[in-house]
Amino acid sequence: MSEQFVDLVRRQLTDRCVLYQAEDLRPYECDALSAYRQLPLAVVIPETLEQVRTTLALCKEHQVPVVARGAGTGLSGGAMPLANGIVLNMARFNRILHIDTNNRCARVQPGVTNLSISKAAEPYGLYYAPDPSSQIACSIGGNVAENAGGVHCLKYGLTTHNILGLQVITIDGELLDIGGMALDSPGYDLLALMTGSEGLLGVITEVTVRLLPRPESAQVVLAAFATVDAAAAAVTATIASGIVPAGLELLDNPAIRAVQRFIDTGYPTDAGAILLCELDGAQEDVAAQIERIDRVFRDAGCTSLAVSRDEAERQRFWAGRKAAFPAMGRLSPDYYCMDGTIPRKHLAQVLHGIEQLSHEYGLPICNVFHAGDGNLHPLILYDANRPGELERTEELGGRILELCVGVGGAITGEHGVGLEKLDQMCVQFNPAELQQFHGVKAAFDLDGLLNPGKAVPTLHRCAEFGAMHVHRGRLPHPELEHF
Amino acid sequence: MNDVQTIQNQVRAAAADGTALVVQGGGSKSFCGHTVSGVPLPTGGYRGIIDYTPSELVISARAGTPLTELEAALAEQGQMLAFEPPHFGAQATLGGTIACGLSGPRRPYTGAARDFVLGVNCVNGKGDLLRFGGRVMKNVAGYDLSRLLTGSFGTLAVLLDVHLKVLPLPEQDATLLLPCAAAEAIARCNQWAGKPLPLSGACHFDNQLVIRLSGSTRGVSAAARTLGGERLDDSTLFWHHLREHTLPFFDTALPLWRLSLPPATAPLALNGEWLTDWGGAQRWLATELPADRVHTTARTAGGHATLWRGGDRDGNIFTPLPPALLALHRRLKEAFDPAGILNPGRLYSAF
Repeated sequence: MSEQFVDLVRRQLTDRCVLYQAEDLRPYECDALSAYRQLPLAVVIPETLEQVRTTLALCKEHQVPVVARGAGTGLSGGAMPLANGIVLNMARFNRILHIDTNNRCARVQPGVTNLSISKAAEPYGLYYAPDPSSQIACSIGGNVAENAGGVHCLKYGLTTHNILGLQVITIDGELLDIGGMALDSPGYDLLALMTGSEGLLGVITEVTVRLLPRPESAQVVLAAFATVDAAAAAVTATIASGIVPAGLELLDNPAIRAVQRFIDTGYPTDAGAILLCELDGAQEDVAAQIERIDRVFRDAGCTSLAVSRDEAERQRFWAGRKAAFPAMGRLSPDYYCMDGTIPRKHLAQVLHGIEQLSHEYGLPICNVFHAGDGNLHPLILYDANRPGELERTEELGGRILELCVGVGGAITGEHGVGLEKLDQMCVQFNPAELQQFHGVKAAFDLDGLLNPGKAVPTLHRCAEFGAMHVHRGRLPHPELEHF
Repeated sequence: MNDVQTIQNQVRAAAADGTALVVQGGGSKSFCGHTVSGVPLPTGGYRGIIDYTPSELVISARAGTPLTELEAALAEQGQMLAFEPPHFGAQATLGGTIACGLSGPRRPYTGAARDFVLGVNCVNGKGDLLRFGGRVMKNVAGYDLSRLLTGSFGTLAVLLDVHLKVLPLPEQDATLLLPCAAAEAIARCNQWAGKPLPLSGACHFDNQLVIRLSGSTRGVSAAARTLGGERLDDSTLFWHHLREHTLPFFDTALPLWRLSLPPATAPLALNGEWLTDWGGAQRWLATELPADRVHTTARTAGGHATLWRGGDRDGNIFTPLPPALLALHRRLKEAFDPAGILNPGRLYSAF
């Protein structure tokens, strides 16, 4: 059956658009969560809307699952193939169709990279605000599917706040225009529903993004603190002072040392933590805000403070933050990046909890994250070649996420659930809520052919996970209080 | 039995015998959309602020909380609902505001109601108690159903608790008056919106462009110098009247339309009285033109229209949806409310 299906797709789409030999499929076996791998039946790389529609129609007719894929930079296994399914690689939908400077938006195909939108808008003094750290490679289609964030979401929001319209093809072959260039649309907010739906509801074939004026000026304050607690308190004090920085990032001591070994950015290696606080806007505004931040950080007991004097220095201050992930790569054969969010007031408490778990499991953890919006990215360092270490790492990661849920947080802030956090979804949501998610899925895709087995766990899986968990006695709140 | 259980029980009973329910907060926005006939489901009693820690920039409150109470609590801490929701009546509640998804003059520059909704607790049409999103700034676990519910006019679920992101009040506001015609006003607003200026409002009527700037004292002063025009001293009142539709423009006997358009759209060739808000993205039109004509013109311009007040309330109040989208809406409605009992027909007669 499977070979026959691939033949059928090849006949309808030409060989140029279909990969089916094992060696050609290999690059698609995983996304950036490389611990999970699976070869698909075939990879379809459509060039036209009609080819997308044909592919989906064949999949529907033969009940073959479809995993849509952008650049494959996702961190939660959302684009991992299914053995009996095809991967729909949208890479050839890579054109910027129109930049409308008057309405400040751009119509782009889903395979366009995040950064290239801002580059194309630059001559007009505009840019696309969300900036995930993979922005040089990640595609806008993938950004929409995952509701990607970045360093600047504290002030500018996530993908969902920065797109105006989508063109989507459903598994039934319907072409839907959702939103557009106006600020709202009649009926339900399907734009919000599609954003972050992880490829389970439809295939995105076009995106209209909102473009913002480039800030006149941007400066970074680099401040060191003796302890993580002091830095966390400074984060709270900053927000309480009435300033919303463009970005507010925290690196703890292990992260600072890892970064400094990799690239010399002048971060103080003896600090318990550093904060990078970016302020942007009109020149006068930035100057006023920097004065206030200076006061707030000094009152919070910072041990040193520097303000970027020019663009080169601003880039240098950021270079360390941006090099954090590669720096971990040098420190350890493997690392596992988590993505929990918590109310900011619990920052210090949760960071201590993570430190304890790190000791308990004997696995080092570095923290480098979006402190301003309470979005943690603990990096667990491990060696996949050591038997059992990956499994222990995953278990540790799961417990960190449960810690986040325990203080009223969420299991994923910007990386998505994918395959990775299915079990933690059972902790975050009760059966009725999961059932509602499945109901929404069925409204779009009755047969469950789009990215099945991702993002929302089955009730059966949660029942098993719950049983196992309670048995181990680890779940802090087996039945989360809902009211 | 508490309020939540009372609401759940009423929904379950209605679902069992197919009784239509009219979800009702303060009733201040009952004029929006189609009139629903059914048994009232009052939510006004389920009220009060649940949690508010200013340094978190998050407020959680029950759906029946009066909007004025919420805004007063925020103002006391130097914060605000940045989508500047219209009240349309002293009895306006948080639940109704979110269910109708309405936003005020600041919307194009800081975001809409849906942009500030972080999470909701609600009861769907089956009587299930559900919690989506939460109190954190970023949350991509599961579909974004709290935003889907925002602006769904109570047709999918009854809102109970709402978690909102809030923002600090700007240090300084300034309002500028610049006399010009509509076409020029729209062009200017969109040109300025492409520059790093601290805009927080842009409205045009009676050959007058009214611009609001908000931010640091220094930033606002610098921008005001750049834009020129005459400073309006007591400007709070103007923006309040614009938001609440209490400017003389809105006191009309003609049907009132809301057009949502790509902001730079040139003035449309529809006869009537116009007021432009949101820098061109939201336009109000008082006209006797046939509904189809207004809907078609708005759609052709890349937007949509809503018959806001007056006119034929049994006709097309909202721009008709294309068949595939309408079918999807019906299936979504079914997924939340299989018995079709929550505000049936409020949005579209088909569901």
